[in-house]
Amino acid sequence: MKKDQQKGRTLLQSDGSLSILSSLICILAGLLVGLIVLFIINPEHALADGFFRVIKGGFNDYPYGVGKVLANTAPLIMTGLSVAFAFKTGLFNIGVAGQYTVGAFGALFFAIVLKMPWYICLLGATLFGAIWGAVPGLFKAYLNVNEVITAIMFNWIGLYAVNEIMYGGGEGIMYDSKTTKTYSLRLNFEDAVIPDFGLADLFQLKSVTIAIFLAVLMAILIYILLNKTTFGYELKACGHNREAARYAGINAKRNIVLSMVISGALSGFGAGLFYLSGVAEWMPQNSTALPAMGWNGIPAALLAASNPIGAIFSALFISHITIGGTTLPTKYFTKEIADVITSITIYLCAFSLLFKQSLRRWMTKRKKGGESTVTKEKKEVEN
Amino acid sequence: MLLLKYTLIYAVVFMLVALGGMFSERSGIINIALEGIMIIGALGGVIALGLMPAGTAPAVLVLVSILISALAGMIYSLLLAFASIHLKADQTIGGTALNMLAMALGIVIARGYNGSTLAKIEYNNKPFLFEVGGLTINVFLILGIALLLISFVTLYRTKFGLRLMACGEHPQAADSVGINVYKMRYAGVMISGVLGGIGGLAYVIPSVSSWNFEVGVTGAGFLSLAVMIFGQWKPLRIAFAAIFFAIFKALANIADSIDLLAALGWSRDIYNMMPFIASMIVLAFTSKKSRAPKAEGIPYDKGQR
Repeated sequence: MKKDQQKGRTLLQSDGSLSILSSLICILAGLLVGLIVLFIINPEHALADGFFRVIKGGFNDYPYGVGKVLANTAPLIMTGLSVAFAFKTGLFNIGVAGQYTVGAFGALFFAIVLKMPWYICLLGATLFGAIWGAVPGLFKAYLNVNEVITAIMFNWIGLYAVNEIMYGGGEGIMYDSKTTKTYSLRLNFEDAVIPDFGLADLFQLKSVTIAIFLAVLMAILIYILLNKTTFGYELKACGHNREAARYAGINAKRNIVLSMVISGALSGFGAGLFYLSGVAEWMPQNSTALPAMGWNGIPAALLAASNPIGAIFSALFISHITIGGTTLPTKYFTKEIADVITSITIYLCAFSLLFKQSLRRWMTKRKKGGESTVTKEKKEVEN
Repeated sequence: MLLLKYTLIYAVVFMLVALGGMFSERSGIINIALEGIMIIGALGGVIALGLMPAGTAPAVLVLVSILISALAGMIYSLLLAFASIHLKADQTIGGTALNMLAMALGIVIARGYNGSTLAKIEYNNKPFLFEVGGLTINVFLILGIALLLISFVTLYRTKFGLRLMACGEHPQAADSVGINVYKMRYAGVMISGVLGGIGGLAYVIPSVSSWNFEVGVTGAGFLSLAVMIFGQWKPLRIAFAAIFFAIFKALANIADSIDLLAALGWSRDIYNMMPFIASMIVLAFTSKKSRAPKAEGIPYDKGQR
């Protein structure tokens, strides 16, 4: 691939734009399947009351619909970044849901029990997420256990542990028995709520805070870390070839653990952004499933082809259609249509590499038409 | 007695699904999608049960709904097989996508079936249950034991099973002696779909008479994945691991209702946590000599032979 870039490809044929193009194809195909599902459920209302509402997303209920999208995007960017960062360093962090859960615990613990201001709470969330992320890293580096398995196990361990501590048999210090949730931050701990600087009024929605800017800032920082620093290069090198990196004098074990720590920290930060918005509380008795925000980080990362900046846009898109899904008239459709669209998109993204290859072949063929280029491309595919 | 009842229910579920996972991984395909396959299988079986006319004989009801759940699971698993075998997609990513899709589809289909905003489907589970000496037993127990024996014989005593294992250990070698690796891997994944689908139905039906698909199958698929690892990809060990995990799951269910256990002061969260912790400890100690199929997770490319 690199050789071709040196030979001077047009902008359209560069690897980055091909990634974007193949992601767009995945999205289109996902939307198409969503449309078909809508038609199967209720053909009469499939377009105006269904598909177009999903497409319009937050703009259905301007301005607070857009506010909802933004409030939802901020933590999603973070979980997406978390997965993307791990991918870049050769790890699949399927434990984002667990790290997010433990991060939420950290945020609420610092807010309710230690009564800290919001920025300290956010750091607390990050710290707790990092610790939970370190576990699969340690297991992988020192015990040679696949990080996917460890992460899945620790997702559930984290969920049950957090529920147990928060509920505490109905007497946990963070548990408000009147609402069966943790104490509301906005009512009791105003300091712990992330400030909004007027954004809440602008969008007529309380949950819009500066969280979205913090998330975008983090995405840029991660981009710089990965692409412009030696440390980031070492992490990526370990992901590409652990043995080669070790040979080059890089401490591979340490880097695997560090990658997972950073990935977990990003998830925890995301949980902090969500649970410190002042409108979200944890329900220790009802949470039998892991938070969806954690799982949705995976599509956000895949759709962005693990690019930190791309994660911002993919998170925006997923939030957009998810909120669009909630505006569907419940008489005809359910909001989970949006989830169907996202998951189909991701299923297709799983083989986006194949898309990219055939796209490139098709473009080169159309441009030059020569037989030699086709065979060259074939060789490239085989490599 | 209550403990025994729930242990039997869950042990069969975990065993069936873990056996399914075993067949898939032995052929070389990591099957993270077990959770999703269970949801789809459960949904198919429950809907089939609901659609059959009221006068149908109980035996037919049981048979048809189990068959439909197996079929639904198998068809769904084909999505994984197609992506990971033919398109050489990343198996864990494909599986994760299918889990998310199943969760969403489950809710959409359940609501469509109900024609309302409820994703809760009610059904009659009486035909599946019968009493033996005061203990309620469900048909899945018998089916499960039969399938365990069949799985054991198929894997170790037939040409098919041995070839399947070869594809998971060293597909290039298997191919060189004329085994069609793609076909064997398809077979492995499809068997996991069948067993996973039945397992999903077995999870939903015996204990309650209505199921809310908003919760999927509450992580039972992931737990089965742990059972499979705990059982080191071997049928009989998987059966024991399933019983071990099921005891904890059953304890979690009845922790609040039995005086003796309530006196211990452990909540269901702690019992729920235990099997996961146990399997992590086992993994930590056995990973160096893990029996995981060597070629699992690696797409087979004929050109690389």
